[in-house]
Amino acid sequence: MMSIGLDHYLVLSAVLFTFAMAGIFINRRNLILLLMCIELMLLAVNFNFIAFSRYLGDEVGQIFVFFILTVAAAEAAIGLAILVVLFRNRSTINVSELNKMKG
Amino acid sequence: MFQTILFYVFSSILLVAALGVIFSKNPVHSIMFLVGAFFQSAVLWLLIEAEFLAIVLVLVYVGAVMVLFLFVVMMLDINVEEAKSSIAKYTPFGLLIAGLMIVELMQVIKLRSANQTLQGFSINPPDYSNTESLGSVLYTEHVYAFEIASVILLLAIVAAITLTMRKRPGLKVQDIAKQVAVDPKDRLKIIKMKSETES
Repeated sequence: MMSIGLDHYLVLSAVLFTFAMAGIFINRRNLILLLMCIELMLLAVNFNFIAFSRYLGDEVGQIFVFFILTVAAAEAAIGLAILVVLFRNRSTINVSELNKMKG
Repeated sequence: MFQTILFYVFSSILLVAALGVIFSKNPVHSIMFLVGAFFQSAVLWLLIEAEFLAIVLVLVYVGAVMVLFLFVVMMLDINVEEAKSSIAKYTPFGLLIAGLMIVELMQVIKLRSANQTLQGFSINPPDYSNTESLGSVLYTEHVYAFEIASVILLLAIVAAITLTMRKRPGLKVQDIAKQVAVDPKDRLKIIKMKSETES
């Protein structure tokens, strides 16, 4: 059995990203699940960054993950705030019913 | 060898948790699975000696962001039955896209790894500190990016508060400025009058 290398982490991150992608299609109606799938995608991206950072022996990749985590936290906070306001006004978070802007 | 077993155990739990996020009917269960996925990722990051980010992931993500998600899901009264009906409709299309993507990504990784000989991670010296080395880069070369990150967090605070704050009509609240600015003359009137006698 070979030791754990870059490839293992790349494959894991690719599979995780694909699951999140499938989740966006499958849970198309539920806005909060879409947000969760985006979080999963960001996690997969972070896996790539960390694996390459360790593989190349360069810490900048991990610094980048730090900033991605910051931006993702901000995104989650604002996204959930928008969700709360949306639910307060329309009392639904079903994406297919949010067609006010269609005109 | 032991690390390989650990990697496979934790990564399979991670993928199962990711599937749980996607397929569970109840959003609260989805969030619980997501917490599990983040936790497994933190362990996997620990395995490749990215200790600082692993702990940050647990503290910030599991501790704050996931609790925020849970809070919002429990606050909103979501119709579970309604969300269920849409799952079956888009599943084949989603799985098709996912299958296509996974095949393509695997081809890319296979192609790349065929050209490389060394695939293992470099081994750090025993006195290496991940946090220390990250800090020494973060606070010197990337200090401006660090400042911008703090501005982004401030922006998130302001945006979240302004979005969710509302003035409900008919709510009885104190207006401190008005209370302080009250002049006794406006409320209390002292008048001089003659004494009245009953007769």
